[in-house]
Amino acid sequence: MTRRDLVVIGAGPAGMAAAATAAELGLSVTILDEQPRAGGQIYRDVDRVAMLRGDILGTDYTDGARLTAGLRRDGVEHISGAVVWAVEEGFRVSYSRNGRGAQITADRILLATGALERPMPLPGWTLPGVMAAGAGQILLKQSGVLARNAVLAGSGPLLYLIAAQMVRAGTPPAAMVETQTRADMIRAIRHAGGALRGWRYLLKGLKMLAEITRARVPRFTGATNIAIEGAQRAEAVTFTSHGRSRRIPCQTVFLHHGVVPNAQAARSLGVSYAWNTAQACFVPTVDPWGESDVPDVFIAGDGTGVAGAKAAALAGRLAALRIAEAADRLSAPERDRQAAKLRAAMSTELAARPFLDAAYPPCAEAIAPADDTVICRCEEVTAGDIRRYAKLGCVGPNQTKAFGRPGMGPCQGRYCGLTVTALLADTNARTPDEIGYYRIRPPLKPVTLGELAALDDSTLNSAK
Amino acid sequence: MNPASPFLEMDDVPRVQVSFDGARLSLPEGANLAAALLAAGVDVFRNTPVSGAPRGPFCMMGACFDCLVEIDGVIRQACMIEATEGLQIVKPHEAKAGNDPA
Repeated sequence: MTRRDLVVIGAGPAGMAAAATAAELGLSVTILDEQPRAGGQIYRDVDRVAMLRGDILGTDYTDGARLTAGLRRDGVEHISGAVVWAVEEGFRVSYSRNGRGAQITADRILLATGALERPMPLPGWTLPGVMAAGAGQILLKQSGVLARNAVLAGSGPLLYLIAAQMVRAGTPPAAMVETQTRADMIRAIRHAGGALRGWRYLLKGLKMLAEITRARVPRFTGATNIAIEGAQRAEAVTFTSHGRSRRIPCQTVFLHHGVVPNAQAARSLGVSYAWNTAQACFVPTVDPWGESDVPDVFIAGDGTGVAGAKAAALAGRLAALRIAEAADRLSAPERDRQAAKLRAAMSTELAARPFLDAAYPPCAEAIAPADDTVICRCEEVTAGDIRRYAKLGCVGPNQTKAFGRPGMGPCQGRYCGLTVTALLADTNARTPDEIGYYRIRPPLKPVTLGELAALDDSTLNSAK
Repeated sequence: MNPASPFLEMDDVPRVQVSFDGARLSLPEGANLAAALLAAGVDVFRNTPVSGAPRGPFCMMGACFDCLVEIDGVIRQACMIEATEGLQIVKPHEAKAGNDPA
């Protein structure tokens, strides 16, 4: 079996930056990624797509090509199409690729698994045609597939980014149904000082809003009672805004109210997580280099708390410096010298975050959904079911599985875990930290018997 | 462009022939299969084993498992594979709840 100084999981900004930096410092690095080409979700398929529609996607996207270039240097082995399903102590990483299982071992692990859309359980959110806003962006980026008549619902900067890109592509959204209120903006003002230091992001936001307004996209703010109507597919979005009930016919709905760390791999290794009130999600316990409380397991990028692609690349480089120092490839003073510049840049990147988190809080009715709303998409468990389990004495997310299987379908709780924690916390009058989260175990992704059966062969081959 | 689809395609690339539940479709070669099916007018990719509810792609990044389809007897995420000539795609014929693909 191949042994590497470092195995990086995820070829997004954090993973790519870390792999290149570590290899530059003399480490042997393998980077495993599920997608056919590097980039992660923010820079998805950037090497192929930048030429095709870089004008629509903007330089914040095409800049990713600088990071993918780093994977082509000596010392980096990039294994694409690799679906990691186990990371075990020691460290042994198991993955499937082209229908075969394979394994690789490493002295240190960097988890750069990024973020997932925050689950947004609203009535009708499981209907075909209702997608995460990030999915809408992926359709545009990777495939050049545009929704002709989409409603964007929720809150946050990503909603404006995708709307602006749709305007540029010639298919402006039918409407934006935004959940944030004027009161949220007033609360956010106290973070304005930091926001001014991160003025580049604010300026970008204002430019996007101007593009959306110029295209005459209707915007409805302070929206409540949001639901998607339809029998076999989405047919309309209904909501109330400023006292008026509205119904907008559409076949596509893009939902978004923030993204949250993808914690599956780290949790399976026993990394501890704590509730972050500002971001309304669990974040892993890591030191300033991204090392977790499980020695030699590092986490970088949005997986440690959402800060965006530029911050993720900086965090990847910081982790790589510490990993190289731990592997005796870099002196501690030299590590600190190189890190100082990165930390200064990081501080600028993070400056606007508290303002954005306060101005665009999660949608309240998706955090505490109505009783008949499905919250576990896989097993079709409703919010009312979870509340009922809580009243029967169910105190923890793992126990809910015995009551009604939430989190036990193929997505393994990725799109219901935070909702289950929130519902149990609310019904039992406990904090999210007291309630905790699902226990995550391998396989992290479904693996077939055929892939397992092919494991020994492929492992022998890779050792040749 | 398929007028029945709520999506339109920007790229003009060579096509491959596939079938979805018996219907013949022409998709861009090498395209993300879930994206290509959406653009071809397919919206219901499967019905859930629990209630039979219709589902289609939701996350497009391999995390939600809502775009599951069956190809050559294997249930796969459409958003994680590419469109190639001759794919015979059907809605997954899973057994009822209890036969967990995870």
